[in-house]
Order: sequence, then C-alpha cells, then structure tokens
Amino acid sequence: METIWFGIVAFMLVCYVVLDGFDIGAGIVHYFVGRSDKERDVVIRAIGPVWDGNEVWLLATGGTLYFAFPALYAAGFSGFYLPLIMVLWLLILRAAGIELRHQLDNPMWTSFWDFVFAGASILLAIFFGAALGNVIRGVPLDATGYFFEPLFTDWTTSGATGILDWFTVLSGVVSLVALSIHGANYLAHKTEGDMNLRARKVVSVGWYALVLVTILSLVAVMVVRPQILENYYYLPVGWLIPLFVAASLGAIKYFNSKGNDKLAFIGSSVYLAMMLGGAVYGLYPNVLPALDPAFSLTIQNAKAGSYGLTAGLIWWPIGIVIALGYFAFLFRTFKGKVAVDEPH
Amino acid sequence: MLTMGLAPIIVIFKTLAIYQKDERWNEIARFWGKILGITFLFGVVTGIPMEFQFGTNWAAFSKYAGGVIGQTLAMEGTFAFFLESAFIGIFLFGEKRLGQKVHYFASIMLFLGTWLSGWFIIATNAWMQHPVGYEVGPDGSVQLTSFWALVLNKWAIYEYMHNMGGAVVVGSFAVSALGAFYILSNRKVEYARMFMKVGVIVGCIASIWMLFPSGDHQGKMIAEFQPVTLAAMEGLYDTKEGAPMVLIGQPDMEKQRLDNAIHIPNMLSFITYQRWDAKVRGLNEFPKEDHPTNVPLLYYSFHIMVGLGTIFIGIMVFAAIWLWRGWLFTANWLLWIIMLSFPLPFIANTVGWMVAELGRQPWLVYGLFRTEHGHSPMVSGGNVLFTLLGFLGMYTVLSLLYIFLMLRRIDQGVEELGLETLAEAN
Repeated sequence: METIWFGIVAFMLVCYVVLDGFDIGAGIVHYFVGRSDKERDVVIRAIGPVWDGNEVWLLATGGTLYFAFPALYAAGFSGFYLPLIMVLWLLILRAAGIELRHQLDNPMWTSFWDFVFAGASILLAIFFGAALGNVIRGVPLDATGYFFEPLFTDWTTSGATGILDWFTVLSGVVSLVALSIHGANYLAHKTEGDMNLRARKVVSVGWYALVLVTILSLVAVMVVRPQILENYYYLPVGWLIPLFVAASLGAIKYFNSKGNDKLAFIGSSVYLAMMLGGAVYGLYPNVLPALDPAFSLTIQNAKAGSYGLTAGLIWWPIGIVIALGYFAFLFRTFKGKVAVDEPH
Repeated sequence: MLTMGLAPIIVIFKTLAIYQKDERWNEIARFWGKILGITFLFGVVTGIPMEFQFGTNWAAFSKYAGGVIGQTLAMEGTFAFFLESAFIGIFLFGEKRLGQKVHYFASIMLFLGTWLSGWFIIATNAWMQHPVGYEVGPDGSVQLTSFWALVLNKWAIYEYMHNMGGAVVVGSFAVSALGAFYILSNRKVEYARMFMKVGVIVGCIASIWMLFPSGDHQGKMIAEFQPVTLAAMEGLYDTKEGAPMVLIGQPDMEKQRLDNAIHIPNMLSFITYQRWDAKVRGLNEFPKEDHPTNVPLLYYSFHIMVGLGTIFIGIMVFAAIWLWRGWLFTANWLLWIIMLSFPLPFIANTVGWMVAELGRQPWLVYGLFRTEHGHSPMVSGGNVLFTLLGFLGMYTVLSLLYIFLMLRRIDQGVEELGLETLAEAN
C-alpha cells in the first residue's frame, strides 16, 4: 500500500517537473530567445494559458505527499523552512511577472516584469535542484523526527550541513541547465522564424553543458551517497534508467539537429523524468534519508493510517484521470505556433 | 471570496446572454471575467503559501492531524485545483477559438471548480472545529476511520452554506456598487443598469440567506458543540435563564461585565433554543484555560459581522423594492449608499472568519489539540519573524498593484467592441 503511494507521489512529482519545467525553462532563456519587447511577449503568450495548470501539479503533489506521508511533510517542510519560503516568494514573483506584463502597454512596465520573470525562473530552477540534492545527500534528522537546516554552513556534505554545499549547488546547476534546454525545446516548438532558430541554438550549444553536468552529478552522487546503488544491484532492471538518460540525451541532440522540435522536447521530457526517476529508485524505501541512517524517514514510519490510504486509492485514480482529461483538452485548445503580431 | 462570489454571477450573465439573445450580456461577462481573472491570479499567488504553511510553520499539528485532514487537502488539489486552473485558461483566452458553447461550459466549470475547492477547505476547517470520523493511533496522532463522516461533516454543511453565501454577498455588492458608480458618473449607463439588475436581485437573496437559514444553523451548531465560544461571542459572563441578546456594549474583562449594554431581553435564549426562558451558560461556567484566548476581539468580530449583515439586508431589500418599482436608477441617495457600501462585505467576511478561528481557540482541533502545541518545533522565532516581514512586504506591494489594476479596469469599463471582433471570429 505505502509502496503504491510512494509510486503515486513520485509520478506526480515527475509530472510537475516535466510540465512546470518547460515554463520555468522558458523563463530562464527568456532574454536569449526574446530579443525585443514583442518577442518577449511571444514567450509569455506561449506559456500563458498553461503555466498555471502546470504549477498546480506542485500543489497537488504537496497535498498528496501530506495525505500519504504526514510525518515526512511535517519534518521536510519545517526543516527546509527558509528555502521553501523563498521558493514561495519566487513563485509569487514569477506568477506576477507572467500575468501582469501584458496588463499595461508601457516599456518600463513590461521590461520590469520581464526581469522579474526571468530572474525568478533562474533562481527557482537552482533552488529546486538544490532541494533534490538535499534529499539525496540526507538531512540532519534526529530522534524527534525533525531537523532544521540553515542556508549554508561550511559547504561540505558531512557534519553540520546547510541547504547549500558543493553537492547541492551542483544539483542546482544540473537543474538550471536541464530546464533551460527543456524550456528552449518548448519555445522552439511554439515559435517561428528568428525566435525558433535562437531557441534551437540554445539547445544545440547547451547540450554539451548538459552532458558534462550530468556526468559530474552522477559521479558526485556516488561519492556522497553510494548506498543509492543498493536498489540497482538488488533489482537490476533499474539499470535501464541510466540507459534511458543516455538515450534521451542522444535524442535531444539528434532531433535538434534535424529540426524536429517536438521530438527534441519529448527527449528532454524523458531526460528529466529519468533523472528524477533514477534518484527516486535509489531512495526507496527512504522518503527522507538522514545523515545518521537510524533516523531516516521511510515509507513505513512516515505513512498515514491504512484506512485513509485505502480510501485514497479509490478517489485518486478518478481525480487524476479527470485531471489528465482537462490537460489534454487544454493543450489541444492552445496547440500550434504563437506568432509575433497576433493580438491578445 | 470575490472569486467564489463572482464565478456564479458570471454564469448568470452567460445564461442571460443565451436566453435573451442579447450580446451585451456577453460583453458584461467578458468584463467581469477580466476582473475575475486578475482576482484569481492574486488569489492563487497569495494562496499557495497557505497550503505550504501547514508543513513549514505547523509541523507538529500536521504530523498529528495529517492522517485526517491530508485527505481533504489532497482531494482539493486533485479534484478542484486542476479543474479551476485548466478552465480559467480556457475561459479567459479561449472564447474566440472555441466559440460560445464551450465558453459557457468553461464558465460553469470554473464556478464548479472554485466552489468545490471551497468545499474541501471548509471540510478541513469543519473537522478542526468539530472533529468526527477519527481514532487516536498508537503514536498519538489521529487517523481517519470514516471517509464519509469527514466529507459530509454536519458542521461542514452549515459552515459551507454560510461561507459561500458570504462570497456571493461580496460578489453581488461589487457588481451593484460598480453599476451605481457608472450611473452616478453618467458613463456606460446602459450597462450599469444591467449590472445593477443582476447584482441587486442576487444580493437581496444572498443577504437574507446569510441570516436565515445559514447563519441561524451555524449559531445553533456553535451553541451545541462550542458553548464556551457562544458565551464569549455574546459577552455573557454569568449563566442565565432567559439570556438577553446584546446589540451594543463593550466587554470589561476585569469586572466581568458589559459596559453601556443595549440588549433585547430573552432574545438569545429564544434564537438558540426556541424557548424564551432557556438557560444559556456563561463564560464563568467553563474552566478559564478553555476560554477563547481573546474574548473582546471575538466579541467585537461577531457583533461587527452581525451588524453589517443586518445593514446588507436593509440596503438590498430597499434596492430590490426600488428596482421593482422602477425608481432605483434615479434614486441618487440609494445609489450613493450602494456604491459606498462595497468594502463592507469584505469586512464582514473577514470578521466572520475571525469569529470562526478565534472562537475555536485555545484549540487547533476542538477539544483535542491545543494551538500552543502545533507549531514547528525546530523553527526559531527569528526565522518566523523574518519570513513574516517578507510576506508583509510582498503582500503590501501586491495589494497596491491589485488596486491599481482594478481602478484601471474600472476606468476602461465594458468594451463594446466585443460584438464586431466576435462576429469576425465566427
């Protein structure tokens, strides 16, 4: 039962990263792809009708996590207090940037919100990556089942750790590079002409950086948390995941050079899903590993009561099928390229 | 609140557009849709922190109650959030691409989404007010034992009726007041009259609904399950048979009495128990540690809410009669009153929630879990203050932006161009 819910939460998290990932990524490359006020307006309109729905996956994932593993929600959210609140601030600023920009046709107004949107997107990508890095590295949980991490300490991965150390910063960089490529693929798919070419260029050049940081991060994980390989040895089918990572990297480059933006976008979606899936596969059955393994939160000691979890297994599939239906309808409605001169 | 109140009113506009085959209703729906869109955005961005704060700031409470309220919160995310967010996009941007039928459908789905979301939040709050369908597990945390008891909690039904009625009052006053503003400033008068027709009729029904049946039932629930809260709301210190209902008066906590009280004899007993001489228990009958933490604030919140509610009924009943007789659009004094009263429903809703939340103190989960035990054990006061100040600053800026954008939208008014552009698209 708790394994099913572990899978469900992981699935929702992957949905969130793949979906909101492309509109955060669009924000990261906002200034590279959109060189003029009008072009930046196109970037915003390309994500305008869908970004809000994408972000709801974060809320839904948070809600489901709380529902299935209350002790994890309590420990994790209070332990990451400062960075989480900062993530909230960034989400607020970013939303304001997207939605307020077109309210006023004034260069000062639009350029201000452009800056807010791009800046908040960049920082969000780094923060989310660093958060994942913290979970992989482990946190200083103690016998009470709680912890609190300052933003930074001595930048090492042992002893009194902070949110930021060399490993989590590296995770942040991986996330930044990966989401820029994902976002650029999406923009290439949604735009024409110069903007399309610029977005493709971001992918073709950024790809080398992505390969480099991916390899670096895999090596770093082996150094910081070698235990992550135990599940892979135990159930070797997991080795397919790194294989898929490599294949998706190849696919991004191939389809990008062929000019097939849609398949390149699917490539970067698979890449994100597999990177995340690989980490989750290695973590199980931990949901929040502690630096001292005795205090780790696992699916067993963090789960909610079995009656509640069973009830959830009835309503969750219904809800999620309906939700996927909305998304199919939404994306179909707004498919196609966004042109520079189209009115709102 | 404004979002939940406007959503059904927009459905009414869209319905009128179809049945009266009058394109002006569509233009009005588009105008209020834009106001709803801006409001929805600000609601979403300022609301995200609320879901996270259960974990960040109230970790001990989350761990204790997650086995129960995780259920309703997760259902809100899965059923309501996806619905709202998908259809607000379609409603705001999809009218031209998809045509009128789908647009009408989207407005209904948006209404359903916001009101479904309201249900899950109220069900969560109702469980904290009146816990049902749970058992205490071996580790001391509560676990759900009956899904339907939680989702169909009696308290939730009445709280929902009252709360959603309050939202509609907000929406209807906003629509009527803006109509009054346009008429008084002699702009877009034709549209303004249409605003007022819908706003006044809806407002009249909703205002009366707040008193009866919804407010009445809510009061009886409190009398039954939170008698100490009732005593504090009414400023009743000593138990009385035939207790009076206080209209005005200032609670004096030290001398344990109300100063300058004006009251209706025996009324409180009657409205609570339908007997003029029924016994109502006063604050002194309950142990001090179970008293609501801030009795005067609770007392004033309640009396402001009830006082404003009474004023709303007065204004809207007058306006409805004047509308029916055909006097409303020339009765400048009444238009002025309606225009100036638009902030009052916001105040009434806010103090109403203060009654609910202050009244529950000192408990987080009534009778089970005290507020003082709920906060995150490892987060220091300094960190909380830092983030509180940050939120204060950010919300101040956002409020200013919201007001600025609203004023601009109101100044632009209904766009009458809609008809031609729509004809082109079709």
